[in-house]
Amino acid sequence: MSEQVGLRGRVWFKILAGNDTPDNDDPKSVLSRTADFGSEPALFLCVVPDEDSRFPCVRDGQVGLEEAYALATHIRKVIGEDADEPKPQKRPIIAIVDVKSQAYGRREETAGIFFAAATAADAYASARMAGHPVISLVAGHAFSGGFLTHGYQANRILAFDDAGITIHAMHKEAAARITLRSVAELDKLGHEIAPMSYDVRDYARLGLLFRLLHAQDPQNPTADEVAEVRAAIAAAIVDARSGTADLSNRWKSDVARRTRKGTLAVRAALEAQWMNA
Amino acid sequence: MNMTNLSPEFLNRRSFIELDARARAQCLFDQGTSTELVGPFDRIESPWLPRQGIAPQSDDGCIIFKGKIGGSPAVAIAFEGAFQGGSVGEVSGAKMTAALDLAARDSEAGKPTSAVLLLETGGVRLQEANLGLAAVAEIVSSALALRRHAPVITIVAGTVGCFGGMSLAAGVSSYTIMTREGRLGLNGAEVIEQESGVDEFDASDRALIWAIHGGEQRVGMGLADSLVEDDADEIAATVRGYVRAGVPAKHRSEQVEFYRKRIAAIDTSSQIDPATLRQKWSNSKGRVR
Repeated sequence: MSEQVGLRGRVWFKILAGNDTPDNDDPKSVLSRTADFGSEPALFLCVVPDEDSRFPCVRDGQVGLEEAYALATHIRKVIGEDADEPKPQKRPIIAIVDVKSQAYGRREETAGIFFAAATAADAYASARMAGHPVISLVAGHAFSGGFLTHGYQANRILAFDDAGITIHAMHKEAAARITLRSVAELDKLGHEIAPMSYDVRDYARLGLLFRLLHAQDPQNPTADEVAEVRAAIAAAIVDARSGTADLSNRWKSDVARRTRKGTLAVRAALEAQWMNA
Repeated sequence: MNMTNLSPEFLNRRSFIELDARARAQCLFDQGTSTELVGPFDRIESPWLPRQGIAPQSDDGCIIFKGKIGGSPAVAIAFEGAFQGGSVGEVSGAKMTAALDLAARDSEAGKPTSAVLLLETGGVRLQEANLGLAAVAEIVSSALALRRHAPVITIVAGTVGCFGGMSLAAGVSSYTIMTREGRLGLNGAEVIEQESGVDEFDASDRALIWAIHGGEQRVGMGLADSLVEDDADEIAATVRGYVRAGVPAKHRSEQVEFYRKRIAAIDTSSQIDPATLRQKWSNSKGRVR
């Protein structure tokens, strides 16, 4: 695991939203701001580490109870404010993702983190289904329940083509332990079996990404690189607005047609049998 | 929902937990109305397991039945805890998403079709890692799309419990039914012990595990709706009740402010006592459901 979790998230939040002061009602780990993006306002959201959090198991940039509920609150507020706007005028919601994981804590389990996570995923998906373009920018790590809570309900996902990007169900050491493999075996397997890989280029082969982005050092981007990222987000917004409000683009993309054959086969078979049952 | 009486009848009770996923799903439907879809003879298996030396299963551990429940169209989607821990792989996950999508399509076309999710799962199948995680996001999305038109009813009954990403599917459900034996949470005790240490969670403390994740606690604190006995007839009757009740006026997972305030009121200076929390939350006013 990198000790950098959250730093890139904050950098990109500041670049895109202009100011990284947390909202008064929020924990310091949640950054939320409506800022101009191109010719329209957009809601930017990010989860960052807060070493002073009153929940010990989120201090390294994990997504916990307060983070999930704060995200859900901000998204639902925007859905409400834009409820009467026609779809093309609904504010884009941009999730900047750099999260270590969900919080692995007893306090969190006791108070129902599964449900807190569900409220955030619900809010993101409800925004998408209401017509808000929801875009995820993976700037660093996007792990497991952390990503499910913050970002994985987006219409379109962008990620840097960079060794510092990891999108995965579980961090390497734990995955190795549970699947009874060494970390070296896991790395080798990843290149043969794309869904197992920790490399963002293999992730791109799954068809889940809208675009890979380039920056020499995503933590210190040049003006040109920032312009490229802005252009890519703008393109993702346009694409989301012209597409469906569900996640079907993730299995219908050209890339997915090659890797997600199992998904497509099972969908076709079920649809064929459904009518007559 | 009411509890059936525990008197001598319990001797004749048909255990739900002892049934496999296929029999569990089937027992929820009106007699003679259900058909299995994309069953084992269709042989759509995980393409990823054999490449890792693991035998696939011809239904990938996800069983779909379509039919009628209390006279209304319904689909049941059951994860088989005995195959790979009920884990969500590409195929099993896509099966659930596709069934939810077809139920939503019928519902939007004027034929409301409820979905019953039988969740016996540890979450994402690590051998299919990123496609399992993506499948969970898709399942949650499709459950949310369906529940606008017809109820999504989750059952967490058995000994595997419902953990990992699939706990979010339970979280967005219209109604959740649990047994005392069932457990529901994002991270199981073993995972927390591994990630955060034995001082955070002692995974050998069975009483603590059930005090936190168990069905009685989850229903008692208002994060699940019905506590039922391990009785197939009672569970089927509870499901029929929710199908009849239809879509709730407001779903639990939309009530963000209410639950956020509850978290704000928690003292985090030490571990939270589950029994005290349950008492507080069960007494709070303003709960919509």
